[in-house]
Amino acid sequence: MSIQVNAIRSLFPILHQEVNGHPLIYFDNAATTQKPIAVLDAIQNYYEKDNSNIHRGAHTLADRATRQYEETRESVRTLLNAREAAEVIFTKGTTESINLVAKTFGSKFIQKGDEILISTLEHHSNIVPWQMLCEQNGAILKVIPITDSGELILEEFEKLLSNKTKLVSIVHASNALGTVNPVKTIIAAAHAVGAKVLLDGAQSASHLEVDVQDLDCDFLAFSAHKLYGPTGLGVLYGKRELLEEMPPFLGGGEMIREVTFEKTTYNTIPFKFEAGTPSIAEVIAFKPALDFIFTTGKKQILAHENDLLDYATGILRDVKGLIPVGTAPEKVAVFSFNIQSMHPYDVGQLLDAKGIAVRTGHHCTQPLMRRLGLEGTVRASFAVYNTRAEVDVFAQAVSKIASLKNK
Amino acid sequence: MSTIADIQNEIVSEFEILGDDRESTIFYIMELGGSLEPYPEDFRKHEYIIQGCQSKVWLVAEEQEGKVIYKADSNTDITKGLISLLIRVLNDRSPKEILEANLDFIPRIGMGNILGSQRSNGLAAMMNQMKRYALAFQTKQNA
Repeated sequence: MSIQVNAIRSLFPILHQEVNGHPLIYFDNAATTQKPIAVLDAIQNYYEKDNSNIHRGAHTLADRATRQYEETRESVRTLLNAREAAEVIFTKGTTESINLVAKTFGSKFIQKGDEILISTLEHHSNIVPWQMLCEQNGAILKVIPITDSGELILEEFEKLLSNKTKLVSIVHASNALGTVNPVKTIIAAAHAVGAKVLLDGAQSASHLEVDVQDLDCDFLAFSAHKLYGPTGLGVLYGKRELLEEMPPFLGGGEMIREVTFEKTTYNTIPFKFEAGTPSIAEVIAFKPALDFIFTTGKKQILAHENDLLDYATGILRDVKGLIPVGTAPEKVAVFSFNIQSMHPYDVGQLLDAKGIAVRTGHHCTQPLMRRLGLEGTVRASFAVYNTRAEVDVFAQAVSKIASLKNK
Repeated sequence: MSTIADIQNEIVSEFEILGDDRESTIFYIMELGGSLEPYPEDFRKHEYIIQGCQSKVWLVAEEQEGKVIYKADSNTDITKGLISLLIRVLNDRSPKEILEANLDFIPRIGMGNILGSQRSNGLAAMMNQMKRYALAFQTKQNA
């Protein structure tokens, strides 16, 4: 069954506004998605009725907040098909999740001379934490190259892989180009040499079916705000046996079992990694976002977004002067492009004048842009509430802009 | 010769013809960028790039008979258009005039709203750098 996009749009109050005198067309979903009314209500409801600190208070409000907080953890477990909810750790976002692994798993299991593999497609948040770790402990960072169309060169990956490889940290779906990487193959190959695998799921968790047991990844990081949930909240999934062996990330409240001035013993997972008061309202409000995804259906969402991508790719292909960037056969709904003789910033500014929100620039993937010989791109990224009619308006605006310099 | 204030008023009335339409305003700005004099390639170096701009902006100035002559360029057309306006307002004037100028035409032509905070910061950086050149030449003249 296909989705009822008008009914879905009615759940998102922000979409119903004019920007610069035109109906808002929000095509910056890879940066962050908009929030359904249920998420907004949950935040308000929490502060109006249930606000209290979780896990410790011996009173009704604390109990209610704790129960709702843990219900979200269970929903995330369902989303990922993790074995147990304890394998789901709440963080501030994808970036913090990756840093957590670098600081804890990295400091314990990666030594001088060991190798970490990433790819040319990575977001800065999956590059810099590993550079910092390598600087600290003398490990070596190696990079899997890509083709001009934006796909990993798997033969090169296999050549880079060795028994020195301790971790492969790789993006599941590229934020800049949309490329979906063959992560199952990569994970199996990495495991064959004894390496662990972290998936940057920032773009995949919202679009693709991500089954951590089927994929057999060791870690997966993503952010709630790209899945119709609140900002300031992320998830790190990790296999229990690894999380238990890893030292804690931050020290403080919640993460301890017993503290004396001589020695502290740590709490069990997931609490060992959740020091301090977490983003309680955001965690609680993430559940209705996940419910929205479950109710709408991941498969249906994906089919709708793919339809928009194919439609956009089809009608924009013939625009004179338009250069698509990233043409891998398997992509999430990201249409990255440039216009001949124009800077992406200018294109973005002109689209904004028409009420169309896109992202322009290097998309926090400067090494990728350098590899492609580009300063940046214009990126339109679609979500469940976007429509073909919006793509039509967008395509018309892009054609007009392109005609300025491409007669 | 018309003053800096006169030129700014002139620009404001030119933009008034375009009305409130953002797209036409941006198109016009981009067109103006096309009329910018070629930038001397010897000065297309890192030290002439203005820090704080989202797009790349190169700016150099020289003193000719007590007046400041600016040359600038950018890798984006909108920025080039804005530069061309700044140069039209400030070029070939004494350092004193430049330093005393109250540059208010950007908000008056409605570009303040259009540019957004990042590009507005870049524009402010550009104006500061132009005034800094004027200050340097004034200091030299007074030495």
